[in-house]
Amino acid sequence: MSPETAPDELSLPGVPRSTSADGHDLVFPDRAAYHDVVSAHREAGFEMLAALTAVDYLGHPGRPLPAGVVPERFELVVMLLSMAQVRRVRIRVQVPEDAAEVSSLWDLYRGAEAMEREAYDMYGISFVGHPDLTRILMPEDWEGHPLRKDFGVGRVPVQFKHAPGPR
Amino acid sequence: MGLEDLQHNFLTGRVEDLVKWARRNSVWPVTFGLACCAIEMMSVGAADFDISRFGMEVFRASPRQADLMIVAGRVSQKMAPVLRQVYDQMMEPKWVISMGVCASTGGMFNNYAIVQGVDQIVPVDVYAPGCPPSPEMLLHAILTLHEKIRTGEITRRRGPTSQRPEELAGWVPERPDAVRLGTPR
Amino acid sequence: MTGPDTTSPFVKETFEGSQELASRHDTSPEELEREVGSVLRLPESHGVEVSDLDVERPDDETMIINMGPQHPSTHGVLRLMMELDGETVLRTKPVIGYLHTGMEKTAEELTYQQGSTNVTRMDYLSPLNNELVFSLATEKLLGVELPPRAIWIRMLLSELQRMSSHLMWLATNGMDVGSTTMMIFGFRERELVLGFFEKTTGLRMNHNFIRPGGTAADLPDGWEDDVEVILDNVTARLSDYDALLTGQPIFNERMEGVGSLSAEEAIALSATGPILRSTGVAWDLRRTMPYLAYEEVDFDVIIGTYGDNFDRYAIRINEIRESVRILWQVLDKMPSGDYRVQDKKVTPPPRARIDESMEALIHHFKIFTEGFKVPEGEVYVAIESPRGELGCYLVSNGSSKPFRMHIRAPSFVNLQSLPVMMHGGLVADAVATISSVDPVMGEVDR
Repeated sequence: MSPETAPDELSLPGVPRSTSADGHDLVFPDRAAYHDVVSAHREAGFEMLAALTAVDYLGHPGRPLPAGVVPERFELVVMLLSMAQVRRVRIRVQVPEDAAEVSSLWDLYRGAEAMEREAYDMYGISFVGHPDLTRILMPEDWEGHPLRKDFGVGRVPVQFKHAPGPR
Repeated sequence: MGLEDLQHNFLTGRVEDLVKWARRNSVWPVTFGLACCAIEMMSVGAADFDISRFGMEVFRASPRQADLMIVAGRVSQKMAPVLRQVYDQMMEPKWVISMGVCASTGGMFNNYAIVQGVDQIVPVDVYAPGCPPSPEMLLHAILTLHEKIRTGEITRRRGPTSQRPEELAGWVPERPDAVRLGTPR
Repeated sequence: MTGPDTTSPFVKETFEGSQELASRHDTSPEELEREVGSVLRLPESHGVEVSDLDVERPDDETMIINMGPQHPSTHGVLRLMMELDGETVLRTKPVIGYLHTGMEKTAEELTYQQGSTNVTRMDYLSPLNNELVFSLATEKLLGVELPPRAIWIRMLLSELQRMSSHLMWLATNGMDVGSTTMMIFGFRERELVLGFFEKTTGLRMNHNFIRPGGTAADLPDGWEDDVEVILDNVTARLSDYDALLTGQPIFNERMEGVGSLSAEEAIALSATGPILRSTGVAWDLRRTMPYLAYEEVDFDVIIGTYGDNFDRYAIRINEIRESVRILWQVLDKMPSGDYRVQDKKVTPPPRARIDESMEALIHHFKIFTEGFKVPEGEVYVAIESPRGELGCYLVSNGSSKPFRMHIRAPSFVNLQSLPVMMHGGLVADAVATISSVDPVMGEVDR
């Protein structure tokens, strides 16, 4: 078992960090350093990958990011959990639309497999090194990535309601 | 329920009534529980709401052995071909109850992922609204289906309601094939 | 062979392409490596070489069968493709998505007040827990603090919900293993709890009762007596279940040693809840990262030893006992006061006030049409649902609708441990193993 190193003492030079509203540490590596940063966290005692998801910030007015982080359209959010230290950390990676590829965490955490497939299915972000990157929730011949902001809800007009749109 | 409600002397009664009695007293559903409505369907099968008094507690897993498909839950785009395949495998006579609002019309999920009403895929006999319909409501839907089987209206579901032409004179129904059914006795 | 015979019209429509299990010759070595599941970050001496996996086994010795998505096991629309060598299961691939409802997309169209109607239908066996995690996340973004009675009412409902979910699990697990009596027993108990829910929230399921700001209404008069009746009945009947199942040799043979998982595998696969606890890891969010008022009640965290199906059964039936214990304490300690926060911008006014006060009418109108605005930010909140860690990641852009809502569903992640549990077992044990993972397809597919 690795020694209990808190991430502040982790030597992660040049990686911006901050604290979120709910008291979790936030780390903002860029795409190139992402896999190494997660690996360093794993060595430091974050044994479990709690959740992995993505957010499409198209149309968002502007979100607070620390200095040195360039906002992109997609953001990949990884929630790690350390059971020994009873703490969580959130790793947020900016993913540009035209190069929506990040490295997969499958070699570090086997549990990332289904979560990355879902992020691929819903957002179109590819994970390099994933053993089986296929759609998981939508049918195989579905076109488009539903959770992107430019993919409509697909509402069917209903009789006696006005023009379709957000309620 | 039983032989007492046959209108005629059993020996000279119509065979059709006998067949309908047999059919409605042993409708076997196929297990097609999809989402939350499936839990209420299981409650109907359990002891408190006892579907066994209608002869229906045997939920057959194989569609070949089933008469009724209770579509309990929301039907997603991926599930739609499976639904049709299971329906096609059932033997005639077969009936469909669309349980819950998601199966009837798409419910609260008017979006890309849910088929807006299972009647786009299979012909439905009884719609049971609710989210989820409580077990008593599902039993009402089942009894309505039994009533339809008893009166034979099910065989007329594709035609216009021409039972009482004098009442209907001049009235153009909005949906010619709509069947109005009273509360089962 | 890349797929089944696609000349038949039926098969063509249900062929999901690369989401299905492919034969060995079409499978990459890493995927075959996953089959064994134990190639984790263990030292090289423990690693498994791909050559050990007998890749050279010819295709006609193994058979790929399909189980589902419509099958009599009562766990919803899960499709499993298994590769069998005789009766032994080699590889398993769950194909999911048959209940995908686009709930995360729908959540972006609904206000926060309406959000709990959407979220509650994900894990439909414990809907109040979904509402709870969504409300907790919203309240963290809002920065409101709840009155104590609201917290304790939520805890009461959450523990009753855990009890009813585990009773349902006992019922369906019993039926899967062959005991239809257990199905009837479990549903009978569950009706008691659902009757209480109907009295309190108005609905038996999908309650939409726990909302951001508190709960929708106060507990009805006489609720203590109702809860006491439930607790007495459940306690008495738990000994019936023990007599029926726990000591019974057939049940033991079917469950012990079947579907076992080790602690390293469970942690690597991100399994939480009874699956993780059955391997011996004492991780229960109610104890380790308490939320609501769980620090003020006394309960034990049940853990297992072997990580097999029997351990998971024992954990769940004992968690019912622990829930009963917590509920007795809640009965004693329930504080009085408001059942929701008194912030006018968040909580709608009582209906009677609308006739009297113009301001109340305006607030009611604004909250129910436009919704209350939540400050910008992002937050992740996790609670312990009966299936594991249920998390809600909420991003707000300052408007009255969530910008992004992601629910970290425990069953979605726990399903990844299924292939590892089933490897090397018999196909007849597949149903028992699936049942012990306790997946709820509503939250798997969302």
